Amino acid sequence: MTKPENIVGIEYNRVTNVSAHDIPGYKLGEDYAWSLEKFEESFQINIQHLTEKEANFDLVNIDTSVANAFRRIMIAEVPSVAPETIFIFNNTSVISDEVLSHRIGLIPLKVDPDLLTWVDSNVEEDEGKFTDENTIVMSLNVSCTRNPDAPKDSQDPNELYRNSNVYSKDLKFEPQGRQLEMFKGNPVEPVFPNILLAKLRPGQEISLTAHCVLGTGSDHAKFSPVATASYRLMPVIQILKDVEGEDAKKFQKCFTPGVIGIDDDGKAFVKDARKDTVSREVLRHDEFKGKVKLGRDRSQFIFNVESVSAMSPEEIFFKSVRILKNKAEYLRNCPIGQV
Amino acid sequence: MTSREGFVPAINSSAAAGGFSNHKTYGVKYICASCAATFTLGKSESIRCKECGHRVIYKARTKRMVQFEAR
Repeated sequence: MTKPENIVGIEYNRVTNVSAHDIPGYKLGEDYAWSLEKFEESFQINIQHLTEKEANFDLVNIDTSVANAFRRIMIAEVPSVAPETIFIFNNTSVISDEVLSHRIGLIPLKVDPDLLTWVDSNVEEDEGKFTDENTIVMSLNVSCTRNPDAPKDSQDPNELYRNSNVYSKDLKFEPQGRQLEMFKGNPVEPVFPNILLAKLRPGQEISLTAHCVLGTGSDHAKFSPVATASYRLMPVIQILKDVEGEDAKKFQKCFTPGVIGIDDDGKAFVKDARKDTVSREVLRHDEFKGKVKLGRDRSQFIFNVESVSAMSPEEIFFKSVRILKNKAEYLRNCPIGQV
Repeated sequence: MTSREGFVPAINSSAAAGGFSNHKTYGVKYICASCAATFTLGKSESIRCKECGHRVIYKARTKRMVQFEAR
C-alpha cells in the first residue's frame, strides 16, 4: 500500500528521505506530471473519529504543501467572532483595565460567523462603523456584596460574598436592531461558561460592554476558530526479524501501548502503527539492532482539528478548503503573467 | 462633564501655579480606607471619614467610560 519512496526513514540519530520527489523528470520513464484524474483516483479521506468539538481524519495521497496549506488556513484565515473593543464604565477590582480587556478578548463566543459581515476599517467610528450587521454587543455588570446568610465562622469567599468570582457566563448578550430576530433561536453566549475573568471583594464592581467583530487568526490568535489544527505523518514500523519471548515483551514496551501485539507463538507484530509516537526508544537497545525499521508515510496525513468556536471541526476544514480554492482562483485571474 | 466628575482642571494658569482654584468641588466621592464607607467632603471640611473618623481616605474611580482594545 505504502510506496517505499514515500517512507521517511527514522533512524537513531537522523531522518532520511525527507523530501518528496514526485516531480516531472525525477525518474526516467515515470510520469510525475500532476493530473486531476490521477489525484481523484488516489486521494482518500478517512474519518477516524468525529465529535462536536474534535475531528480526527486522514488525508491520503495529497502533497505536503496542500496539507500544510489547509492546516495554516484553519489556524489563521478561517474567520470567527471575538470581542475587539471594550468600553469600561467602572472597574474597581484588583485586575487592571488593560488586562481585563485582554482576558475578555480571549473568550470564545458561540456566534455563527456567517451571520455577521466584516467591519469596514475605512469608516470612522462616528460615521456608522459598527452596525447591527457587523457587531455583537456583550455587557458585563457585576458587583460584589457580602452574603448576610453566610455561616458564622466561614472562611470560604464563595460563602462569605456574592459574586466574588466573575465568570465568562456573566457576559450578557445585548441584541441590537435586527439581531433580536436573527439570534432568536441561538442567543450569543461564551462557548465555555466557567472561564474565570476576575475576582471581586465586597464594594468592588465591574461594568463594561464589549463589541465583538469578525476577524482572522492572522490578525490575532483570539480570532482563530481552532485550539489545535495539526497533522502528523502515519508511523510505519517494519519488523525485519522476528522478536520472540521475553524480548517481545520488552519490544512491546518500547512503543506506545497498543502499537505492538504479541501473537500466540510469542512473536511481536505491529497491531496499530497509528498510535505510535515514534519515540525511537526501540533503537536504543542493542538486542533490537537490525530487527526493526521505523519510518513515517509521507503520503498519509493524520489531521487533528479541535474547535473552540461555534463552528464544528468539519465546518472549519470545509471552510479552509473553500478559502484555498478562492486563493487559487484569485491567482489564476491575477493580471501577473497575463500581459 | 465637569460637574459629573467633580474635578475641574484649572483654566487660569496663574491660579494653578499658586495651587489655588476658585472652583468649588461638589460631589466627589471618597471611600474610607478603614471602614469602606462612601461619603462626600466639602472644601473646608477636614480629611476624615464621617463614619469612623479614620484619616486615610481614597477617591472613588470616575464613572467615565474608557475604551480599550481587547488585544
